[in-house]
Amino acid sequence: MRNENITLEKLEIKRKSIIEKRKIYNRLITVCGGTGCQAYNCREVFKKFKELIFQKDLKNKIELKITGCHGFCERGPIVVVQPEGIFYQRVTPEDVEEIINETIIDKKIISRLLYIDPITNCKIEKEKEVPFYKKQKRLIFGNNGLIDPTNIEDYLAIGGYKALTKVLTEMKPAEVIDEIKYSGLRGRGGAGFLTGRKWEICRKAPGIEKYIICNCDEGDPGAYMDRSLLEGNPHSVLEGMIIGAYAIGAHQGYIYVRKEYPLAVKNISQAVSQALKWNFLCKDILGSGFTFNIDIVQGAGAFVSGEETALIASIEGRRAFPTPRPPYPAEKGLWKKPTNINNVETWANVPLIILKGAKWYSQIGTKTSKGTKIFSLVGKINNTGLVEVPMGTTLREIIFEIGGGIPNGKKFKAVQTGGPSGGCIPESLLDLPIDFESLSEAGSMMGSGGMIVMDEDTCMVDVARYFLTFTQHESCGKCVPCRIGTRQMVEILNRIIKGEGEPEDIKQLEELAQIVKKGSLCGLGQTAPNPVLTTLRYFQNEYEAHIYERKCPAKVCTDLIVYYILPEKCVGCLLCLKNCPTEAISGERKKVHVINQEKCIKCGMCYEVCPPKVKAVIKLSGKKELENIQKKQKTEGDK
Amino acid sequence: MGEHVSIREILSKYNGKRKELISILQAVQDKYGYLPKESINQISKFLNISENEIYGVATFYESFRLTPPGKHLITVCMGTACHVRGAPRILEELQRELQIKEKETTKDGLFTLEIVNCVGACALGPIVIIDNQYYGQMTSQKARKLLKKYREIEEKKTE
Repeated sequence: MRNENITLEKLEIKRKSIIEKRKIYNRLITVCGGTGCQAYNCREVFKKFKELIFQKDLKNKIELKITGCHGFCERGPIVVVQPEGIFYQRVTPEDVEEIINETIIDKKIISRLLYIDPITNCKIEKEKEVPFYKKQKRLIFGNNGLIDPTNIEDYLAIGGYKALTKVLTEMKPAEVIDEIKYSGLRGRGGAGFLTGRKWEICRKAPGIEKYIICNCDEGDPGAYMDRSLLEGNPHSVLEGMIIGAYAIGAHQGYIYVRKEYPLAVKNISQAVSQALKWNFLCKDILGSGFTFNIDIVQGAGAFVSGEETALIASIEGRRAFPTPRPPYPAEKGLWKKPTNINNVETWANVPLIILKGAKWYSQIGTKTSKGTKIFSLVGKINNTGLVEVPMGTTLREIIFEIGGGIPNGKKFKAVQTGGPSGGCIPESLLDLPIDFESLSEAGSMMGSGGMIVMDEDTCMVDVARYFLTFTQHESCGKCVPCRIGTRQMVEILNRIIKGEGEPEDIKQLEELAQIVKKGSLCGLGQTAPNPVLTTLRYFQNEYEAHIYERKCPAKVCTDLIVYYILPEKCVGCLLCLKNCPTEAISGERKKVHVINQEKCIKCGMCYEVCPPKVKAVIKLSGKKELENIQKKQKTEGDK
Repeated sequence: MGEHVSIREILSKYNGKRKELISILQAVQDKYGYLPKESINQISKFLNISENEIYGVATFYESFRLTPPGKHLITVCMGTACHVRGAPRILEELQRELQIKEKETTKDGLFTLEIVNCVGACALGPIVIIDNQYYGQMTSQKARKLLKKYREIEEKKTE
């Protein structure tokens, strides 16, 4: 039910009473409830806290919350005790009673649950002291850990919707646009177009009916920052959208969110109905006379629908085929009406800029890229998670200081940014300060913020093939160069990976890449060759090893590797023999096992099950290496 | 006939506008696990667009299924983070164990194997999801054991 009575003045009175009401609590326990922690069963931890707080009659003293993603997914489930900010990680339901008895009642720290800095080996008590968080500047993402995303009062208590009231009482639409323009905010979805400029074009486009869209079709594999914002702080996105609608003159908005993100769908839907109830949406918002509504549309699993014209087609109920631009959506978009599309993170930046001012905002970041950016730091990295840093931070700082470097003492090889449209950046460019321009110059792009770290065990030809297979599969098929060109490129890469590559393949890949880039209508095709081009630029030696030496230096490509049991190490435990799916291993208990290479399908099961202390099964890159070993053994045997 | 009535029930929540097509298809699939032939016919009449066009949309988007899924839905995440941590080998292992390829269902109707571009739980990679339960840090061996567990549960049920 809508509360018609909430006006601008009454909102502030309500806000005060919410804050007042909460003063009775002297402690706050937050349990991270992002998708990552949910997969670690954080719900059970929460349930246990709830049960015990009730049993021990502490519910008037302790406030308990399940919050959005804290970002440090590697160490989930995460529990933070406020006001001290004590940070417990990998918490299980069995730990809960101890936390209440020791930390809450006796004010003692439970050393076992603390995070250990892998570099100094020191235990860290406070959340903000953890190296993963210390180097970050969490302007957009920070509130995720403080609020219950399903409770609008939490958002109001931290000053939520204050930017909206400021806009509605003090600013004209043109002034809002100017503020966003001066802030230098650029779209966080990929291309990095100036947001204020985009709004202005849409505002000035002829027509009364206008639309705004929030793009949460986060399709880049390995990127989940938009989802975490919608899940963890949905009202900040809504507030940004309402301000944008006011500036542009739109009365209807859509949030397009992937169906694969059920928690994000749930939380944003709930936020919309709360905003309706509180008079932040619908007719005559807060008594200001401005009207704006939001509907949620769920995507159905097509990467290309993240492209703005394709996204529009999808909202209209059609296949997500991109259309040529111009006309741009700002002129002719949804149902041929002027439409402004921004990505989730872009919308979430808006309230902050309005509240703190364009001048303050524009001091953060680099000359051309302002503010912060949230990256999804994943892959071969110690601290997987979401990190928010000022533009201009170097890759080295993100990967080694925040991310804690590469696991298992392996060597860094490359970092892939920008998803399937981006590229792989080598070690020599680690000191690159990240902004829109520097990444493009390196042959990659900002994209939406995926950052996949690769170590020495990653084959760059395989990575290029992975991305190209992805884009080839996701190509909508409208443009011939994209549909057929990517297929041809995948076929060449498949050949190279099988050890059937030919010297002219590299040249042919480069030529095809240019054709696909130039001959495609939308961003998908125009950028699809980037992973191939950057790996060719920085890792051509790996392509050459596959083609000329028929070997995969990283020992990844199945057809080019050989599994071999070192006779001097094998203890004859039968483990590999029993687990081999093709019965390719022969041997007896306590006798050396041997792999029949004819029967071996290279599934790697023997390599996986061989006990770490034995480590008799090894991977060899290429048949030649096997021949060499066998030759050597033979001569040793002859001696 | 039961399907006939329920589909009508689903449609009664909509206004018959073209833009509702994808949402209707999602609602039907949520209920049946796939898009029954009969539903396409009814949606076509309801929205006044050809069945042909509806099939066009249903086959364009990855999440729609035109055949009923098996009892357990196994989804392998093929996101980049999972890929570099060995997801392809886990998919191969499941394919070999189940004797099916992705998007197929085992003959006994117990398992359907699907892949997904990314579920965004990269800290747990490689990930296999069975009936919405996440299993992280997968290896080929763990995947095989997991299947065994599900098969044993099913066997117990039939006993």
